[in-house]
Amino acid sequence: MAGTPSCKDHKEQGQEAAGVATFVKDYMSLLLPADLNLLWTIGAMLVAVLVLMLLSGLTLALSYTPDASLAFGSVEALERRMPSGWLLRSLHMTGASFFMAALYLHVFRGLYYGSYRAPRRGLWLIGSALLVMVMITAFAGYVLPWGQMSYWGADVAGKAVGAVPLIGPVLERIFLGGDAPGTATLHRMFVLHFTLAFSIVGAVLLHVAVLHTRGSSSPSGLRGQNPARMLPFYPYFTIKDTLGVVVMALLFTLVLCFWPGLITEPANYRPANPLHTPADIEPEWYFLPFYGMLQAVPSKFAGLLVSAGAVAVLFCVPWLDRGAGWIGEQTGQRWLARLAVSALVVSFVMAGLAGSHHVQGIWLLVGRLATVGYYAYFLGFLPFYAKLANWGERA
Amino acid sequence: MTGTQVLSSSIAQARKWGGVALLLGVGLGHGPAGWAQSLAPAQAPVQNWSFKGPLGHFDLAAVQRGYAVFAGVCASCHGLTQVHFSDLAGMGLTSEQIAALAEAWQVPYGLDAEGRLKHRKAQPDDALPEPYPNAQAARAANRGAVPPDLSRITQVYPGGPDRVFALLTGYGAPPSHQNEKGSAAGEGLVGGAFSTATGGAGGFANPYAIGHRTAMPPPLRDGAVVYADGTQATAEQEARDVTTFLAWVSNPHADSKRRLGVGVALYLCFLATLLVILKRRIWSHVRK
Repeated sequence: MAGTPSCKDHKEQGQEAAGVATFVKDYMSLLLPADLNLLWTIGAMLVAVLVLMLLSGLTLALSYTPDASLAFGSVEALERRMPSGWLLRSLHMTGASFFMAALYLHVFRGLYYGSYRAPRRGLWLIGSALLVMVMITAFAGYVLPWGQMSYWGADVAGKAVGAVPLIGPVLERIFLGGDAPGTATLHRMFVLHFTLAFSIVGAVLLHVAVLHTRGSSSPSGLRGQNPARMLPFYPYFTIKDTLGVVVMALLFTLVLCFWPGLITEPANYRPANPLHTPADIEPEWYFLPFYGMLQAVPSKFAGLLVSAGAVAVLFCVPWLDRGAGWIGEQTGQRWLARLAVSALVVSFVMAGLAGSHHVQGIWLLVGRLATVGYYAYFLGFLPFYAKLANWGERA
Repeated sequence: MTGTQVLSSSIAQARKWGGVALLLGVGLGHGPAGWAQSLAPAQAPVQNWSFKGPLGHFDLAAVQRGYAVFAGVCASCHGLTQVHFSDLAGMGLTSEQIAALAEAWQVPYGLDAEGRLKHRKAQPDDALPEPYPNAQAARAANRGAVPPDLSRITQVYPGGPDRVFALLTGYGAPPSHQNEKGSAAGEGLVGGAFSTATGGAGGFANPYAIGHRTAMPPPLRDGAVVYADGTQATAEQEARDVTTFLAWVSNPHADSKRRLGVGVALYLCFLATLLVILKRRIWSHVRK
């Protein structure tokens, strides 16, 4: 009698183990195009940094206090006195910058190689949603230490939300939990930061699952997706991804240990002071392009639309692009595509530079040109380049 | 146009560092007016600090001497509110030494029966006591200026340790040709508004302060402290040591970070080499 259930248990466990084994086997034997370049290892880097962010974040949350009068002190205490607190916080701060940098490269790769085309439209949409979620999480996380830039960043974001016609003031009050950033804002940001982090994990799992059913895109377009030119994930791409992650970890270590000034904002080591507006409020580097676009437009609400639209336009990319792509067989206008993508990247960087300066005078001009350049790629180039290429061939 | 008006218009002009500087009450002259140009804080000479650069490390003897200067001189006006006595173990002290060091300080300890503040000797897990009960008291005691907290000073002060050292040793330079308009020289603030040093003198001449004036009297002189290790306590030596101490307090784990970094980077380089070899082997039978 006593033996029966345990026997059954064993069987179930065995089946379960077999299920896991098949699952792992399936994943490991996934066929991928053999010509994937280094840009295709960024996904693995992102997963690695995400795991690091979750682990360090959970540990940091144990000694953080989301209260306007205590938050700054609690961060100081954890950095100065918690065992290895300084390391955890540096990991989390460096991780945020690396995550955003890798994410931008990941999006760039998708745009450049047309990874958003059918049958991967859903994959691109999940990815764009992930970008938005990560940006919100990063912003919420930056408010938590309650330094000067945290406070005034929340203030600027609140005012930006308040610029929405009709519902703006209500939204601003909901966002801040009062008239000005305070303890209520910190509670909101803490909860948002925490819950979104786990939603991101879920969305990443979905992203990967869809990738596995739809298969990976390739730098040589459809030609590279020919099964004859494919290799299994293990061992060919596991080793490539591992190498990519280790190289990224090396860069990560160099920034974290030797050049931390690259990713820290000195003003945020000053406690939040509602009575003292810094002369220049500036977000973290990864928001600078959008901040530059926000300021390049004279009207507050239009600026908000333009900078939010810069992210929203990514969702429309699969439908804006009317061509079959410039990679693969029909490569009539490859130079044109390269030029257009370069213009996009230059515009993005210039918008960021404009955002890091007071947007006036020459920087206002740069900011406006960059905004136009950014949108020109999506609204001017993507829908029309196929026609242009046809026209070129006919001529 | 008053000095404050000029300052606020220069706020609009100030860029990132100028902004941080104004926070501290130290403007970099991006202002439109000519005097702002001439009264911009002078560029601090670059010093050769032990902790400078990605592979530097703190000279802990200098940090300890710097603590003596801080405790003997700076602490009468400036706080290190985020630091506990036990944190000072990081400058190379044993727990007995920390306990002895803490005992030299008095910390507030409740009220007595008549409502007067009581004090007791500090213990290692106490925070360093603040010199003033609040910003108003600090302002009253310092002619309207609030001495800034020094917990992160070399990180938040534009110009960093070089400028702290230059400010400490730069007194007595000939006062600028300018009038009292530019004497808005409240050196920093803690919890209150930007404060203005009042009075005819308008602070002390110092080319490294905003408007070349600071509310801080020249703090260091030869022999202001007696060093336990027998080092000659000249004013310059004191300034150098206290700057090293403040840089350490602002970033106490920088050395551990760099040490960790060297080990981890070497390990990762080794691992990356192995992985490159492995990758080439695995991919060796794939035709390009």
